[in-house]
Amino acid sequence: MKIGSTLLSGGLANLGVLTQDSEVTFGVNGYLKYHLFGHEFELTTTHISLLIIMVTLLIFALVANRAIKKADPDKVPGPFLNMIEYMVETIDNLTKTNMGEKHGYKFANYIGTLFIFVLFSNISGLFGLRPPTADYGVTLGLAMITFFLIHYNGFKYQKSKHVTNLFKPILLSPINIIGEIATPISMSLRLFGNVLSGTVMMGLIYGLLPKIILLFWPGVLHAYFDVFSGAIQTYVFCMLTMVFISQQFEE
Amino acid sequence: MSNITNEGLILACSAIGAGLAMIAGIGPGIGQGIAAGQGAAAVGRNPGAKGDIMSTMLLGQAVAETTGLYGFAVAIILLFANPLLGKL
Repeated sequence: MKIGSTLLSGGLANLGVLTQDSEVTFGVNGYLKYHLFGHEFELTTTHISLLIIMVTLLIFALVANRAIKKADPDKVPGPFLNMIEYMVETIDNLTKTNMGEKHGYKFANYIGTLFIFVLFSNISGLFGLRPPTADYGVTLGLAMITFFLIHYNGFKYQKSKHVTNLFKPILLSPINIIGEIATPISMSLRLFGNVLSGTVMMGLIYGLLPKIILLFWPGVLHAYFDVFSGAIQTYVFCMLTMVFISQQFEE
Repeated sequence: MSNITNEGLILACSAIGAGLAMIAGIGPGIGQGIAAGQGAAAVGRNPGAKGDIMSTMLLGQAVAETTGLYGFAVAIILLFANPLLGKL
C-alpha cells in the first residue's frame, strides 16, 4: 500500500542520493497542497502537463470543427482540412480492419480520442513538459477504461456465457481469472514503463553531462525516446485495446 | 568502514538489487530480436504483406517487452520509492 501511494503521489520527487549535488530532475514535483475530505493532495507536474495537453487538444478540436463546418464542397480542401480528413479516415480504417466491419465503426470515436491523447502525452517530452503518461495514475486510469469496455462488451454480446467461459476447464479457472485481472495491470505498466524509462534517461543526460555536449547530443535521444518510442507505444496501446474488445464479439 | 549506518546499508543494497533487477532486460532483448528476425524473413518471402507483418511484429514485441518492464518497475521502486526504508 505504501509503495503504491508513494509512487502515485510523487514519491519519485525525493531522489535522495542523486539530487544532493547534481541537477537531475525527472520526478513528479508538487506545487500546491490542498486538503479534501481529510486527505492531503498536491497539484503536481502531471496535472499541469495534462491541463496544457487538454487545452491544446480542445483548441485543435474547435478549430478543426470550424474548418469542417465552413468547408465549401465545391472547392479543393486546404492543407489543414486535408490533414483532418486523413486523420479521421486512418482511424476509421484502423478500427474497421481490427474490429470488423460490423462493430468497428462504433469504437472509432473512443480509439481516435485515445490515440491522439496518448500520442500528445508521449510526445510532450519534446516541448519540455513531463509526460503525463510517466505517472502511474494516468496509465492505470486509461487501462481501467479498457478493462470496463472489455467486460461491458463481453456481457453485452455473450450474456451469461461471459462468466461461464471463465470456468470452462474447471481446473484452469484460477488462471483464467488471474489472466483477466492481469490485463489492465500489464497494459498500464507497459505504457508507464516505456515512457518513464525515456524520461529517466533524458533526466540523467540533462543533469549529468557537461553543458557543451548537451547542445547537439540529446536531439537524437529525443527523437528515439519521445517520438519513436512514444508513437509505437501509442499504437500498441490502441491496438491491444481493439484486440481485447473485439475478442468479445465472437461466438 | 566501521560506521555504516542502517539507512546507508539499505540504500547500498537497494542499489545493487536495482542493478540485478535490470538483468530482466536480457529476456525481452533476445525475444524481440527473434521476432524482428522472423519478421525480416517473412517480408523477404512475401514483400506484399509488409504492412501486416510490421504491425503484428510490433504488437508481439511490445507484449514480449512487458517482462523487462516489470524488472524496470522493481528497479525504480527500489531506487526512488524504497519500501524497505520505512521498516527501519
